[in-house]
Amino acid sequence: MSHTALSPRRRPFQGLTLGAFLLEARAFLALLVIFVIFSILAPTAFPTLSNIIVMCQQVSVYAILAIGMLVVIMDGGIDLSVGSTLGLSGMVAGLALQGFPIGGVILYPPVWVVVILAVATGALVGLINGVLVARLKVAPFVATLGMMYVVRGLAQLTTNGLTVNNLSGKPELGNTGFEWLGFNSILGIPVGVWIMVIVSLAASLLLSRTVYGRWLYAQGGNRRAAELSGVPVRKVSVRAYVIAGVCAAIAGVILTSELTSAGPTQGTSYELTAIAAVVIGGASLMGGTGNVRGTLLGAFVIGFLAAGLTIVGISAYVQTVFTGAVIVLAVLLNGIQLRSRRQRKPGTPAAGGASAPPADGVDAASTDSITENARS
Amino acid sequence: MNAAQQLGAPVLSARHIVKNYGGVRALKGVDFDVYPGTVTTLFGENGAGKSTLMKILSGVEQPTDGTILLDGQEVVFADTNDARDHGISIIHQELSLSPNISVRDNLYMGRELRRGLAVDYREQEKRSREVLAELGLDIDPHVIVSELRLGEQQLIEIARALLAESRILIMDEPTSALSANEVEILFRVIDDLTGKGVAIVYISHHLEEALQVTDQAVVLRDGSMTAKAPADEIDLEWIVRHMVGENFDLGSPPDGYEFGPLALDIDAVSVADPKEPDRMLVDRLSLKVQEGEIVCIYGLMGAGRTELLEAVAGRRPLAGGRVTMRKGEITNLSLRDRLASGLGLVPEDRQRDGLVPTLSVGRNISLAAVSTFVRGLFVSRAKERAHADEAIADVTVKTDGAGAPIGSLSGGNQQKVVIGKIVSTGPKVLLLDEPTRGIDVGAKAEVFRLVAQRARTGLAVVYSTSEVGECLSIAHRIVVMSRGRIVAEFDPSVTKEEIMAASGEAVVEA
Repeated sequence: MSHTALSPRRRPFQGLTLGAFLLEARAFLALLVIFVIFSILAPTAFPTLSNIIVMCQQVSVYAILAIGMLVVIMDGGIDLSVGSTLGLSGMVAGLALQGFPIGGVILYPPVWVVVILAVATGALVGLINGVLVARLKVAPFVATLGMMYVVRGLAQLTTNGLTVNNLSGKPELGNTGFEWLGFNSILGIPVGVWIMVIVSLAASLLLSRTVYGRWLYAQGGNRRAAELSGVPVRKVSVRAYVIAGVCAAIAGVILTSELTSAGPTQGTSYELTAIAAVVIGGASLMGGTGNVRGTLLGAFVIGFLAAGLTIVGISAYVQTVFTGAVIVLAVLLNGIQLRSRRQRKPGTPAAGGASAPPADGVDAASTDSITENARS
Repeated sequence: MNAAQQLGAPVLSARHIVKNYGGVRALKGVDFDVYPGTVTTLFGENGAGKSTLMKILSGVEQPTDGTILLDGQEVVFADTNDARDHGISIIHQELSLSPNISVRDNLYMGRELRRGLAVDYREQEKRSREVLAELGLDIDPHVIVSELRLGEQQLIEIARALLAESRILIMDEPTSALSANEVEILFRVIDDLTGKGVAIVYISHHLEEALQVTDQAVVLRDGSMTAKAPADEIDLEWIVRHMVGENFDLGSPPDGYEFGPLALDIDAVSVADPKEPDRMLVDRLSLKVQEGEIVCIYGLMGAGRTELLEAVAGRRPLAGGRVTMRKGEITNLSLRDRLASGLGLVPEDRQRDGLVPTLSVGRNISLAAVSTFVRGLFVSRAKERAHADEAIADVTVKTDGAGAPIGSLSGGNQQKVVIGKIVSTGPKVLLLDEPTRGIDVGAKAEVFRLVAQRARTGLAVVYSTSEVGECLSIAHRIVVMSRGRIVAEFDPSVTKEEIMAASGEAVVEA
């Protein structure tokens, strides 16, 4: 009789109690609490539409970075190089706008080519990470730590540490429009936020609806079992790191455009913020669990908290303490939730507020779809 | 053992133990007595409440109602350490060793001998050697536990319980990874202990084996005690009848049909030991299996059965030889491609290699087939759900539905999920590595029925087992493996003794 054979009889939660609901929805509630508190403390500055838009724009960079991180963490890995990748991709974009001198003439690529070059840079870094981890069996922490330094160094080498400032391009060269990404709005919402929405939807569909998503959840939960079930585990891992690299590059392009300058130190320590967002969003660093919705909430919690503290005039040092406390609290609650979920009686929904089991047989780990949001 | 004994006063008594988990009663008022110098064996199917009762007696869990009496005094155990201080030790089914440290340090983990502030390593080592010798183990106390075989690790666990010098020793499935020789050593140790007046509570799915050590048999079913008798008044049939509530027979191999063409041809396959490339775990072994045929590979732990099956499935590299299926050679294909061409492996250790604990029952059972449900970019949920429901019904998994967590199933049902996952991909050849390990009689019968039914429809089955009885109930042909080679081949008319003798196993009971 194995230990797991006993679990069906434990029923600490008959249906979903208030406590369990609060636990499930904690990231969302935390965001709500942050919003309400700062709205009370700074009623004229915090809850205004313009401030919310600005905050969302700031969050979008972290959120996109965190979604890439989520994919890697779900595989049971970690990617410490995304901050550096963000920096390098920004530099590639900045330099590409300055043109490439080829045989005496300077070639100015159009903006869409610039963006593709930057994203390809991110994908390449991700590919190297993935090959190191999945094929050459280097521990993810070490491989990506090394790449964090290598990539940051390369970013600085491109200009010997200087910042590239002129990113507007010239109409006669046909390379204007880069700032559109960082400054313009569609329907009153900044382009960066739209990109975050698109990346989130794409990632959400990827994780919940594609075979790749199924494989990722499976091998994150038990790599050996997944491999014996015919999952191409190494390929899935390599792609996870490529996705993280691409997300970092997209974030790099947006940030560079917003700042109208490409600096080689951009994105330093952003990887830690991304990890924090993923953890606050309920994903386990052991792999196999997590979803895009949670990670987005995690990024918003961090972003709104920082912005709110700044608005009410609390020093950056205190902000750091707050952010750290939120992360620790999140991990603490993740542990409590995991324990209670293990003890839950079978058939009880593991996520969402509804008391009926998910209709389509999705489980706790993969309630990662838009339909799931709509249902609860 | 097995002699009629004067039981005297029980050293440990459980009176009317009730354990509720939420609204479900795991134990419904069980009375249970343990006598000094006696082996009390607890029989019951998965979910009957055996482990729950043992967890309560060893302080892991608290009863909802009822009392525990130790030497006639009422006691409450706060936790396992408290129980250990009262002289009660438990050997869990799952190993609780630290694989990264030495045998000696594992044996004394948590109760290191002190000399002043320092650990008395010399004394620990001396006593470790003594206890290892007592168990007939030729193991250096400095060896790191992860380098030992599973069976040896299990014996280390037992050695640790011996060192604690408990008055009451609870053994939950102590032999699941032991070879017949090692089981014999364990039984000799149990004999010594009972001679010293230690009370032993023994739990095993291996009924015949358990009967050999039993003095008192207690049968649990659905949280209640259904029968209790001294060993000399009972037999196997009595135990099974009280366990499942009906007469049970695992049946005989499916017959009345012709085998098809050759489905799997294993030709002179060798598998090297990854730690010592010169040592062959499987040595130029050849085996042919026809469609519809069930071939049992019988052998002891370490005979190379698992290595052979893993190599055929593509999990381990071959050191030599070829594997051919009906459609052609698969020697150079990846595991994934072999699965796609109809060769599936149900692994030995379902927790480690079979199940994804974070996924639901449905997601687990459809994992191997999920890439066939793709429509456009996405997985078709309708097809996935239909597949999961069909597979669950096909292998008769008892579950609340495809959305239930995998951890909510009993061991037998979890095993059915692992089998269903592979079977639902429509394989031509199925490799089953000890598929009945740690599952109850009822689930075992269902696994057998499933295998027999699939064989009738043309599935070629290679079934590895260390239980002789299973070979005779399921196999059309029995091959005996020892030291990486096939040493004998039998048809089902063979006796258990002949098979065991061929495997190099001492005949435990004539």
